[in-house]
Amino acid sequence: MTRMNKSLSRRHVLTGAAAGAAAGSFGFPAILGAQPAAIKVGILHPVTGALSYSGTQSRFGAQMAIDEINAAGGIKSMGGAKIEALLADAQSRPDVGAAEIEKLNEAGAAAVVGPYASAIALATTQAAARHGLPHVVDVAVVDQVVTRGLMNTFRFGPGVKKTVDTAIENLIKINDAAGKPAKTVMIVHEESAFGSGMATTLNAELPKHGFEIVETIKHANPTRDFSNIVLRVQARKPDLLIPSNYYNEYVLFARALRQQRVAPKAIYSILGGGASSYKFVKEFPDAAAFVMDCNHWFDPRKAAALALKEKTEKQGLFYTYEVFMNYSCVYLLADALERAKGAQRDAIIAALASSTFDMHVMPYGPTRFVNGQNQGAQPVTTQILDKDIKVIYPLAFASGNVVYPMPERRA
Amino acid sequence: MVALAVPYVLRSDFWLGFLITVLLFAALGMAWNILGGYTGQFSFGHAAFFGTGAYTTAVLHIGLGLNPWLGLATAAAAGGLVALLVGYLSFRYGLRGSYFALITLAFAEVLRILANSAEFTGGGVGLYVPLDLGIANLQFADKAGYYYVALAFAVLSLVVGWMLERSRLGAQMMAIRENEDAAQALGVDTFACKLKAIVISGALTGIGGAFYTHYYLYIDPGIAYGPGVSVEILLVPIIGGLGTVFGPLAGSAVLHGAGELARRLMGDAPGLSLIFYGVLLVVMVRFMPEGLMGVVWRIRRRSETQADA
Amino acid sequence: MLDPLILLPAVINGLTMGAVYALVALGLTLIYGVLHIINFAHGSLLMVGLYGVFFLHRAGVDPYLALVIMVPALFVVGYALQWSVIGKASHGSDQNVLLVTLGVSIVIENLALYFFTADTLTVDTPYVFEMIDLGIALVPLPRVIAFLSALVLAALLWLLIARSDLGRAIRAVAKERQGARLVGIDVDHIFAMSFGIGTACLGAAACLLLPMFYVSPHVGHVFVLVAFTVVVLGGMGSFSGALFGGLLIGVTESVGGLLLGESLGQIGIFLIFIATLMFRPSGLFGARLS
Repeated sequence: MTRMNKSLSRRHVLTGAAAGAAAGSFGFPAILGAQPAAIKVGILHPVTGALSYSGTQSRFGAQMAIDEINAAGGIKSMGGAKIEALLADAQSRPDVGAAEIEKLNEAGAAAVVGPYASAIALATTQAAARHGLPHVVDVAVVDQVVTRGLMNTFRFGPGVKKTVDTAIENLIKINDAAGKPAKTVMIVHEESAFGSGMATTLNAELPKHGFEIVETIKHANPTRDFSNIVLRVQARKPDLLIPSNYYNEYVLFARALRQQRVAPKAIYSILGGGASSYKFVKEFPDAAAFVMDCNHWFDPRKAAALALKEKTEKQGLFYTYEVFMNYSCVYLLADALERAKGAQRDAIIAALASSTFDMHVMPYGPTRFVNGQNQGAQPVTTQILDKDIKVIYPLAFASGNVVYPMPERRA
Repeated sequence: MVALAVPYVLRSDFWLGFLITVLLFAALGMAWNILGGYTGQFSFGHAAFFGTGAYTTAVLHIGLGLNPWLGLATAAAAGGLVALLVGYLSFRYGLRGSYFALITLAFAEVLRILANSAEFTGGGVGLYVPLDLGIANLQFADKAGYYYVALAFAVLSLVVGWMLERSRLGAQMMAIRENEDAAQALGVDTFACKLKAIVISGALTGIGGAFYTHYYLYIDPGIAYGPGVSVEILLVPIIGGLGTVFGPLAGSAVLHGAGELARRLMGDAPGLSLIFYGVLLVVMVRFMPEGLMGVVWRIRRRSETQADA
Repeated sequence: MLDPLILLPAVINGLTMGAVYALVALGLTLIYGVLHIINFAHGSLLMVGLYGVFFLHRAGVDPYLALVIMVPALFVVGYALQWSVIGKASHGSDQNVLLVTLGVSIVIENLALYFFTADTLTVDTPYVFEMIDLGIALVPLPRVIAFLSALVLAALLWLLIARSDLGRAIRAVAKERQGARLVGIDVDHIFAMSFGIGTACLGAAACLLLPMFYVSPHVGHVFVLVAFTVVVLGGMGSFSGALFGGLLIGVTESVGGLLLGESLGQIGIFLIFIATLMFRPSGLFGARLS
């Protein structure tokens, strides 16, 4: 019995990359005058099934970036080669995601961007690794996405651990600055990976900083009724309410909170489905007022971020984090392609690994990958002020001043 | 023989992956067919056995370092055990038809909710099998390895079905399907017979779950126990032909082929390919009410009558 | 957590949510009682209803006023669907009905995805935050309306089936379809009528549900399993059963959530369901359509 190479595996990455090199050699700046071959990039998201909203938003963001890059003359180091999007649908299922990777591989994709959800990302990054296919992960916050030693995987956004750590750090700053009005905390989270992961970390960390967690409520997806959860919030009267849910549940929860006139000192979401959503702010302005959220967010000081916002809204879409995260991911990849000077997969992986890309629209600073995780990636804390979403922490990116404790809201 | 040579001829990992899925679901469809097709007990809850198999091997492998190959066997045992429990409770109380269908669905949901809450199943976070390539570990660098495992599983299921069809137990199962009361009157221990059918079915389904775990290396309660799994499994033999040996294989090939065709034909707009797939499903039932094997029979019968004339 | 200050309001929440389940289940139990089919498309037809109400609201029609449009509209949808697709393709066999309704639901859901996108939509009405004080609990007005409407709808359906000529024909078909055919009843028409009425109930359910919920292409999944449970619990084909079954499931879910936690508490629904199937498979409230 032959024991195969244990760590996955530089060897496989390299064999796969060799195959990629053969296919990709056409990408070299070619004969004078001829249009260079397009570089195929897989854009893989769950555009059907339960996650289709996020998937569609993600695809849109990626396409915006590709259109812009092509309009600006493509990849210059490859003679202006255009990026050709190979659109793929994971149907909100990991197994379909993995099958789509095989298809993208055979269609000659030089790299893949996606796939939004953690469960899908675990499957797609692994499948791509077999072919040495570079995989830029957009969101997929579960930490295992980057802790399996896959050489082809580069996550642009922050993971759960980083997000919760930052959320706590910002929360402490906000609370301290106001004279520590909040002591007790209640957590209401959805049951799957991101909500549960967040709740575990919060339960371990918050007590160290003097907070008392009075109750943690885990709820199903979907939850049809939040009345009882609100009853318990009413009974516990926590100073701080920390929700972490998908958008649909967030809407029902926020609505029930308002119906029962529950008003803690602050609602501080972490990766909250609604609190950093323009859609939520527009459709539920009263329920949204003063809610804080620690989440993926664009850098409000960057012109490109605001230009993209305008473009997105012109299409009748909301400017959600899926849009600007994927937009940035494609630019990150384009920068790597520039430096790789060809569509060979190993060259792209090397270029990504040494990336210092900072032309994204996120508050991240230069990109720097360590073991596939972008070290610059961080969430920010936002607050809904004057029917708009403002960054309040870290102060370096702030576009508004925190209002805390929450003033009396219009009932 | 042809099947064994496939990975040497077919150089496409995509199509190899496609075949692995087809074989996996052919085997699962056969497992369902033993209970639903031959014995006439429609289950909407085969996810209960699939998920149990998937979780058993995952928990034992991650927690106790159990070898995944042995995991396949323990998954079969666990799947069979859950099937015994479900079967005992439902057949003991004489549930048939849609009542049986719905109680299996409910059992699968109960297990899904438990898996979501229990500590050792990782709750909603699910379980990750660590990446560690090696044949001993049931993790292959090359897709061909998975292909052979799936092929072996499909052959196993088909052989079990084929042997059952020719056995006394199989005859009793079919008697129950045709008329349970009459079978009982003829001295068939229908309760025991149905229990045997569901246990065989559950054990095979459990193996399928375990294969899924080691192929994709990640499971969560929705993937393992979700109603989608149950539906996907039962579609296969119904499309292929209930109570036939080759129905599940044909059904699996056609269903997944149709899904792939839909994706290739209908382009990138979200939803279009699934619309096409749904229409195809309805059309297939409209024109092939007996499943694919029904069509095969009809053609054969027609050619025989022509030969006679 | 058995504080009466929480328990009592929780029971009330359960009852009002249960009424919503009953609303969704009423049509399903009729279809089951007559056609003896498990209709997988029920959830997606509810979704169609919810989109209808949403777009009517956008056009300025109040969700409750939309009842007069949505009920007949979904009747037509249901009638046509059974007449032209489900009846024709199913060839009268259970497994084929299953496949056809499944296929239909896949088509409907993805049509919605294609045309309306996956966006979660809600309506903003002036009465969403209107609260009714019941002494022990504050209940949102839309829930009170849904609760009362469920009672009315169940009564109306009962009247229709028990007292009208159509009802007599439906009962005859439900009981003995061959015999009904022999006495000259157009069975296919009655099947389509039953499916149509069952779907029309979803039109009503959609109008009552949207002010307190949302709509997206996949919203049917949120309710469909629960609706099946309610139908079985109440006895397949029984309207009073569906009503009480709905309320019971609502309270079970609510109290189960308090005792076991919101996530694990969902298990109560299915345990009751399994126990009912084992010990009283004809449903807790017996009285069947036939």
